[in-house]
Amino acid sequence: MDIHEYQAKEILSGYGVKIAEGGLAYSPEDAVQRAREIGGHVWAVKAQIHSGARGKAGGIKICKTHDEVEAAAEALLGKRLVTHQTGPAGKVCNRLYIEAGTDIAKEIYFCFLVDRCAERIVMVGSAQGGMDIEELAVTNPEAITKIYIEPAVGLQDYQAREMAFALGLDAEIISHAVKTIKGCYRALRDLDANMLEINPLVVTHSNELVALDAKMGFDENALFRQLKISELRDKTQEDPRETAAADRGLSYVGLDGDIGCMINGAGLAMATMDMIKLAGGEPANFLDVGGGASAERTEKAFRLVLADKNVKAMLVNIFAGINRCDWIAEGVVQAVRKIDLQVPLIVRLSGTNVEEGQRIIRESGLPIITAETLAEAAEKAVHARNEVAARLSTAA
Amino acid sequence: MAILINETTRIIVQGFTGKIGSFHAQDMINYGSKVVGGVTPGKGGQTHLGLPVFNTVKEAVEQTGAEASIVFVPPAFAADSIMEAADAGIKYCVSITDGIPTQDMMTVKNFLRRFPIGQRMVLTGPNCAGTISPGRSMLGIMPGHIYMQGNVGIVGRSGTLGYEAADQLKRLGIGISTSVGIGGDPINGSSHRDILEKFEQDPETKVVVMIGEIGGPQEVEAGLWAKENMSKPVIAYIAGLTAPEGRRMGHAGAIISSAGESAAEKVAMLKELGVVISPTPAAMGQTVAEVLAKM
Repeated sequence: MDIHEYQAKEILSGYGVKIAEGGLAYSPEDAVQRAREIGGHVWAVKAQIHSGARGKAGGIKICKTHDEVEAAAEALLGKRLVTHQTGPAGKVCNRLYIEAGTDIAKEIYFCFLVDRCAERIVMVGSAQGGMDIEELAVTNPEAITKIYIEPAVGLQDYQAREMAFALGLDAEIISHAVKTIKGCYRALRDLDANMLEINPLVVTHSNELVALDAKMGFDENALFRQLKISELRDKTQEDPRETAAADRGLSYVGLDGDIGCMINGAGLAMATMDMIKLAGGEPANFLDVGGGASAERTEKAFRLVLADKNVKAMLVNIFAGINRCDWIAEGVVQAVRKIDLQVPLIVRLSGTNVEEGQRIIRESGLPIITAETLAEAAEKAVHARNEVAARLSTAA
Repeated sequence: MAILINETTRIIVQGFTGKIGSFHAQDMINYGSKVVGGVTPGKGGQTHLGLPVFNTVKEAVEQTGAEASIVFVPPAFAADSIMEAADAGIKYCVSITDGIPTQDMMTVKNFLRRFPIGQRMVLTGPNCAGTISPGRSMLGIMPGHIYMQGNVGIVGRSGTLGYEAADQLKRLGIGISTSVGIGGDPINGSSHRDILEKFEQDPETKVVVMIGEIGGPQEVEAGLWAKENMSKPVIAYIAGLTAPEGRRMGHAGAIISSAGESAAEKVAMLKELGVVISPTPAAMGQTVAEVLAKM
């Protein structure tokens, strides 16, 4: 789960990381008021969206007068910002963070993340801050320092010092740097974050270390014990289709095509997407009904897949282990009877109680297309989708 | 032979008396797995499904001689249960539980490394369907009847995609020595490579099918190891050819976060390492049949 910059800064500030003075604004009037409270002559008006690279997308504006602050706020609020991380739909900006301008002498890159190879937390830093770290890793890997943390004992002072020196910091701010680095590490550990990035971390002309940006990502599996963090969730930054599914305990991934999919298991779902693509189609979404899906749960899932208006055909692919094909079939039949189904439906059932499941579908008398294998199911779904598309274009 | 489990493996169930634990324990017993008891703290001394319940894994091991365990404990407590199993001398543990926090798994892996190799418990999962040696023993939640006994080893992250592979093989009359689910989490007990090592040593396994997916470096690591160390052919399918970058595709670990983690890149690297690629998920069975025919 991602949070906003201002939320991450508030958290880090509590762990001894220095941040510039700032405040939240929901309107241009708010923004000017915050700028007045902060004082000074330069302010940054920063769009709060769940994405990096906001600067490039025009989401950060440096202002020198209150009028400029107001105009910047006017321009950003309600706007959808598109970055390489948001996808083409972009993310809507509903909140602004107004921050005092910081005089920058030097920019540094710094982050902690869980390295799944090493199965440890790794600390990554580079004296070349503000840059795209992935680009730097390719063009100049020597400029990046990586230090692994031993999980049994945690981050040691000497490691934080090693990083601080590698970042090229002056001797007089090393102890402050160590405090900052250790604070970040504690925040990551205490709050079950899997990523904490400060890009840039800046040294000011008065030789202070300030987090100019902050990004934190949290382990969704640990939210049950991080109630304060789960309250920071901002649903406006999520795909509404995914939010609706998550609120019903279902796992949903929204995509850009037009074949809706209901599948059990993430691996089989990805494989089914692959088969659709190979057959010449594009999936609109996939919904994982998970194990032990009852008829009710199946019906709910069915509705969610069809709630996507792009769907021109729907494919159900279930390999029942814990699931039972007869329950799934009943759920599908129930759903089709209740919903006025406008698109062709292809169902492939396999595994536990498959004969019973197929019988329920057959005897329902509903216009459901059935398939035996994965390949057949994908081909039939793409074929049905193409027929619908052809009909729509003739009608138009 | 098979790997990890066979008809003599003595099994206990952690989270035995819960709804899910009970259901699958019964299913394993019906399959013929040698389940000898279970653990539910506070219910020691009771009998459940005709088998003894213990308060601790240590007691269960002492009194039943259990060597393997399967964990159905809820995510908040699962890491603790896995470590308890390791400490009690369990040799092989499957964690079915989905949703264990990443930091808990880091603690578990660190805990396991404290045991010298040879005394270190093998863990597969979490977030997996378990392991089955068809006709001998099932330590998991899979539909046992779709697996035919034979000479193909399967290792994969996904449960249902593993069923798909087993089903395709069965339709072609090809059986399985052991099928191992390593789970969909970013940090897991055993990697693809760990399981390939075991299949290489198993005289009954002739070829191995590796079912991977986007995210993480494990499939390529396994391919590198296989090129240097394996005499048996490896056939791979990587799910998620169509997955966009940076999106979590259902599994916690299925996210393309850096170079080399997409399905296309993994496929290209594996091909170069001599791994036979199944071009589509529907061709897994056929690809294995072709490799077997050439042997």
